[in-house]
Amino acid sequence: MEKWPNNKAWLLVLPVFVIVAFSAIIPLMTVINYSVQDIFGPGQSVFVGTEWFREMLADHRLHDALWRQFVFSGLVLLIEMPLGILIALAMPKKGWGVAVCLVTVALPLLIPWNTIGTIWMIFTRPDIGLFGAGMNNLMGIPFDHTDNWLDAWITVMLMEVWHWTPLVVLMAYAGLRAIPEVYYQAARIDGASAWSTFLYIQLPKMRGVLTIAFLLRFMDSFLIYAEPFVLTGGGPGNSTTFLSIYLVKIALLQFDLGPGGAFSLIYFVIVLLFCFIFYQALLRVGKGEKV
Amino acid sequence: MARIELNEVVHSYLPKPKSESDYALKRIHNVWDDGGACALLGPSGCGKTTLLNIVSGLLTPSRGRVLYDGKDVTELPPEKRNIAQVFQFPVLYDTMSVFNNLAFPLRNRGLSEIKVKERVLEVAEILDLTPFLNKRAEGLAADAKQKISLGRGLVRSDVAAILFDEPLTVIDPQMKWYLRQKLKDIHEEFKLTFIYVTHDQVEALTFADQVAVMFEGEIVQIGSPQDLFENPEHRFVGYFIGSPGMNFLECTIEGNEARVDGAGIVLDEETAAKGRKASGKLELGIRPMYLEVHARSGDGMVKARVKGVEDLGSYRIVALMLEGQTLKARLPEDKPVPEGEVWLAFPPQWTKLFADGRLIS
Repeated sequence: MEKWPNNKAWLLVLPVFVIVAFSAIIPLMTVINYSVQDIFGPGQSVFVGTEWFREMLADHRLHDALWRQFVFSGLVLLIEMPLGILIALAMPKKGWGVAVCLVTVALPLLIPWNTIGTIWMIFTRPDIGLFGAGMNNLMGIPFDHTDNWLDAWITVMLMEVWHWTPLVVLMAYAGLRAIPEVYYQAARIDGASAWSTFLYIQLPKMRGVLTIAFLLRFMDSFLIYAEPFVLTGGGPGNSTTFLSIYLVKIALLQFDLGPGGAFSLIYFVIVLLFCFIFYQALLRVGKGEKV
Repeated sequence: MARIELNEVVHSYLPKPKSESDYALKRIHNVWDDGGACALLGPSGCGKTTLLNIVSGLLTPSRGRVLYDGKDVTELPPEKRNIAQVFQFPVLYDTMSVFNNLAFPLRNRGLSEIKVKERVLEVAEILDLTPFLNKRAEGLAADAKQKISLGRGLVRSDVAAILFDEPLTVIDPQMKWYLRQKLKDIHEEFKLTFIYVTHDQVEALTFADQVAVMFEGEIVQIGSPQDLFENPEHRFVGYFIGSPGMNFLECTIEGNEARVDGAGIVLDEETAAKGRKASGKLELGIRPMYLEVHARSGDGMVKARVKGVEDLGSYRIVALMLEGQTLKARLPEDKPVPEGEVWLAFPPQWTKLFADGRLIS
């Protein structure tokens, strides 16, 4: 291969390299550095190799949190994807209703995450919250998310679905709008039912946006922190302690930087791995040849 | 198979049309015979697709009735009309195999799997799709895709008519010829009613035995390709059909002559008599291939000047100036190319007179 006589052009990459270094590489290196040392205080640290990794991987509280996290993300996807598609299908296609619906649906996405936790904490408080007090006093169903693990889960799920389904709705709606009218016309002429039209036209044409929605929802729900932290603080007991809440407990509340670093890296690898698996799987969906 | 009748059909996309220009279709009154191959020819935006969608039931006309074999179907949705439509861009069910694509309209109508298979295999054979049956429709070439769209119409043996909405737009030129031939063969074999929308005159004239020319929401002439070429009833037909289109010269009538400023062109007596009675803007029309160009003056000829010559291989187009108006003549390649001043002869049988765009006859 011929060599370029002048390689100064590489200097143009430098600004990006610096930005990426500060935003990603340096913090990551710091975490890797922590994960292999036992830190007692400033300037007092001992290299411990893979000890923290072994300890964290064997930690049954981490196992519980991971298991909880999978159940949570699984439920999120199971509820939000179909619900989002349903809402998108029900939304008006033209006229003034489109703008009204889009803005209304998108509102939860505009609220800061801490605020969402606070809103739902107040909304579901068993003594004064509209939902909580309503359940207890009007419906006669005992409800207390600070005391009962199932109530806590229901509350967190409701909040999550309320907060993030709009994202799926917006993406599915965009996907639906991008389908040319002629496909629907052909389906009508072929005598297709509404269900066939959905199955053979709408769903395949939405595959791209739904793949992205699926990945985004998986990642975000797997990394969820602020809302459950504000709402339940991981309780009652450990029943809503998801991975990131547990991580913060170790790294910031107990100040165990070594185990925290090891945990972070394990967490990071899990997210990457699952995103890769899902992405590959979704790319292949419906690509096989069959009769 | 059916005879399709449009009875005083008018359509506007606006809820409350006010003026004439708010109507996409002005007044269509037309019959397509059972088993005919008909083309709807017209420029983009003249209402061809609107008309086709009204026939198939995708649109309900503002006024007027649509009849299939005398039965009023105006209010019926497309799935109840038993009609097939092939669109400009191939419409496929991407995730299905070619077989399932072809079987889809039959399965939707509740046919037994045995009959579905029999019918699909038969149609695939006709369309040369048999090798692709187990392939996914997504990855095929444009012409194969368009054949599948066509196949979805053909599989229903009782289909009333197949409507084509510029089906060859996305097909490569050499495949276009092959597919057009295929369509003709299928038409001859099954005697189905075909209605073919296009803005390409070659396509319309080679495909159909009856061509309806549309212009601004109206059918201005229906006839055989030869009819449209030799006897255009509307200025637009003359201009749109033929390459290049008909020449038009503004004129006045004096006696048996059409006067184009200084020059007098002799018309046949009948035409001239009607021309004298006609009102509105008068125009003389002649096809470039019928306009004779001579080097020497002769009886009834008028003088013109050659502006330019365009060589198109098998023939030449000569641009001429006659009293400040431009004319085109089509000369066979073996004829010498005239230069400078020439003399034009207008054979009376090919010289037409139009008043306000409509033929005087």
